[in-house]
Amino acid sequence: MYRNLTIRQKQIVWAWAFLAIPILFYGVIRFYPTGNAILISFQEWNLLGDRTWTGLDNYQKLFADPVFWKVFKNTFVYLLLGTPISLVISFVIAYHLDKTRFMHGFLRMLYFLPFMTSAVAMAWVWRWFYQPVPVGLFNNALASIGIPQFPFLQSTTWALPSVLAPAIWAGLGFQVIIFMAGLRAIPRSYYEAARIDGVSSWTVLWEITLPLLKPTIVFIVVFSSIGFLRIFDHVFNMTTNNPGGPLNSTKPLVLMIYETAFSAFDMGYAAAQTVVLFLVLLVVSLIQLRLLRDS
Amino acid sequence: MAFFNVKALAVATATSAAALFSTAAQAVEIEYWQYFFDARVQAMETLIENFQEANPDITVKMTHFPYADYRTKVAAAIPAGEGPDVVQLFYGWLNDYVAADLIQPLPADVFPASQIDEEFFPMVQAMKEGDAYWALPTAVRSLALFYNERLLEAAGVEPPTTLDEMIAAAKAMTKRDGAGNLTQVGMTAGMTAQDHHWWREGLIRQFGGEPYVDDYQTVNYNNEAGLEALNFYSSLFTGDDAVSAIGFMDEPQAAFKAGRAGLHIDGSFRIGSLNNTRGLKWGVTELPATADGTRSNYSSYWVNAITTKAEGEKYDAAVKFMQYITSDEAMQIWLDVVGELPAKPSVGLTEENSNDPVFGPFIKGLAYAHTTKFANESGQRQLMVEMVERMTLQGMSAEESLAIAAEAEQKILDEYYNSASN
Repeated sequence: MYRNLTIRQKQIVWAWAFLAIPILFYGVIRFYPTGNAILISFQEWNLLGDRTWTGLDNYQKLFADPVFWKVFKNTFVYLLLGTPISLVISFVIAYHLDKTRFMHGFLRMLYFLPFMTSAVAMAWVWRWFYQPVPVGLFNNALASIGIPQFPFLQSTTWALPSVLAPAIWAGLGFQVIIFMAGLRAIPRSYYEAARIDGVSSWTVLWEITLPLLKPTIVFIVVFSSIGFLRIFDHVFNMTTNNPGGPLNSTKPLVLMIYETAFSAFDMGYAAAQTVVLFLVLLVVSLIQLRLLRDS
Repeated sequence: MAFFNVKALAVATATSAAALFSTAAQAVEIEYWQYFFDARVQAMETLIENFQEANPDITVKMTHFPYADYRTKVAAAIPAGEGPDVVQLFYGWLNDYVAADLIQPLPADVFPASQIDEEFFPMVQAMKEGDAYWALPTAVRSLALFYNERLLEAAGVEPPTTLDEMIAAAKAMTKRDGAGNLTQVGMTAGMTAQDHHWWREGLIRQFGGEPYVDDYQTVNYNNEAGLEALNFYSSLFTGDDAVSAIGFMDEPQAAFKAGRAGLHIDGSFRIGSLNNTRGLKWGVTELPATADGTRSNYSSYWVNAITTKAEGEKYDAAVKFMQYITSDEAMQIWLDVVGELPAKPSVGLTEENSNDPVFGPFIKGLAYAHTTKFANESGQRQLMVEMVERMTLQGMSAEESLAIAAEAEQKILDEYYNSASN
């Protein structure tokens, strides 16, 4: 039977044969659990007993839960602070690092190191940096010059930025490397032409460098947005005793899902939260892909 | 501790040699699960070897998991029929396992309820339904007041026995730098550690209240006693003469281990890690009483239960094994190796054990201890954490914060007891 196929048909058969493995893999590992999670979000289940159908109860509970809205807001604060700040800092570093010849490789390694460090270890080190006297590095420094203590992790206002700072720092290395690759890809001839015309370096930056970096910027924005929307390990490790505290001021959606599922064992409610996170990620990614298409 | 380890090892070597020669051909194998904690695993190995020696036709296979995964793995495995025949569960999880039909009651002829009521400390009665017990502990835990001997001596105070003495001692040990920042606390504080148990079952009862009524289904601390208990507790870390600070040195036990805290309330499970702390000279005494001598304590425990998977000869073997691990002998081994308290007064309240300088205060505490029935322990603890945070970070009054906590906790309890699966 196979022998009677045309070459084109044979190619299709082979293509599907190879595609079958990832499709099967994705079906079992990704799509089946995703579908199941959506199903569980309409049920009540404590992992032990039977699942019972509860319709939209979990979603009603979710939208009436003040903690959920607080957490929802936190998640977007992580995104809206984290993405632009990390983008600007990493671009500035990459832009100047690109022009530096002195110890270029060594400096680049220094920026990349935090990205390779375990997030858990880093979060704990920062957690100790932030402690009040007598343990905290920052507060000890403040105390030694007579400045009052700063409540980094013990304030509902400052805890979130304090948690976000090391997360941004950890991701910088990766973004710097991507930006540098983007900068190197811009043809030198544009810059030479600009120099011959006697254009200011500011104009070169705005008219040549940034527009030609757009694909790089869009990639980094999409990548880091998804990362900040899913932030978990930094928050969880810096606030383990009081996860997402104080008073839920640092709690992101993923941490709320984790707690609902694995401390409260309320799987249906956790699944409903997961579905909401999924939709948020989907919408944010679609908007960003739209922007990518424009370029 | 080293002494006990050597002893356990000697017993283990002798019995494993015996087991080697007596392996029966048609042995029944039952599986036992617990979470990984070095001393617990060691103690259970000794118990299993002793048991197998006495019952050569039964072998017990122990499996253990890291604590962080234990609850999820047990919950996933047992419904799938892959799990153990005898399993160790936290007492607070038992309701869910009973409701889901995953464990079976202990046979009333071997474990008569009347006899257990009489022989065990009264808090295990939470495991009883009708004439049968669902599960039984080998060991229990309670709270006591740890003190740093060097700091007490330097401040010239004695280990406190009442709440007033405790505050006075803590004040004497509190140190501040020039700017008024605490550099050494008289006492640790933090609802994230054991303080929420102390507040619920200790302070509220000592101030004349009862934290819950209606078999722990109704919150009952939004009243005079609850408010007094909260005011007393928050006086530790508020005001100019505070003897403590929330989050001092990150965690209460860390501050105590580092020798920067004079007093620290913690459970008997902390003994082992304090013993391993170099340079720390510590002692322990009962939780302080009120001026009129009222005491109250919190106790918790892990229980052993037979799962519904065990049938036929495996069930019989599981019953025999349960009998052994809840025996006086097993409890003494558990105390010697793990440092957890025997669940029976006949073992715990022996002259030697109750006068032990380390275990004694905990064992005495069992006599007046209460066990909270939690619906969601970490969720309920979180409410206590937030109750204090609203006061310290947002300046809310104790009355208002207490009322919010009581309402939120009642909501958790209502949801749990009214949900379809319970």
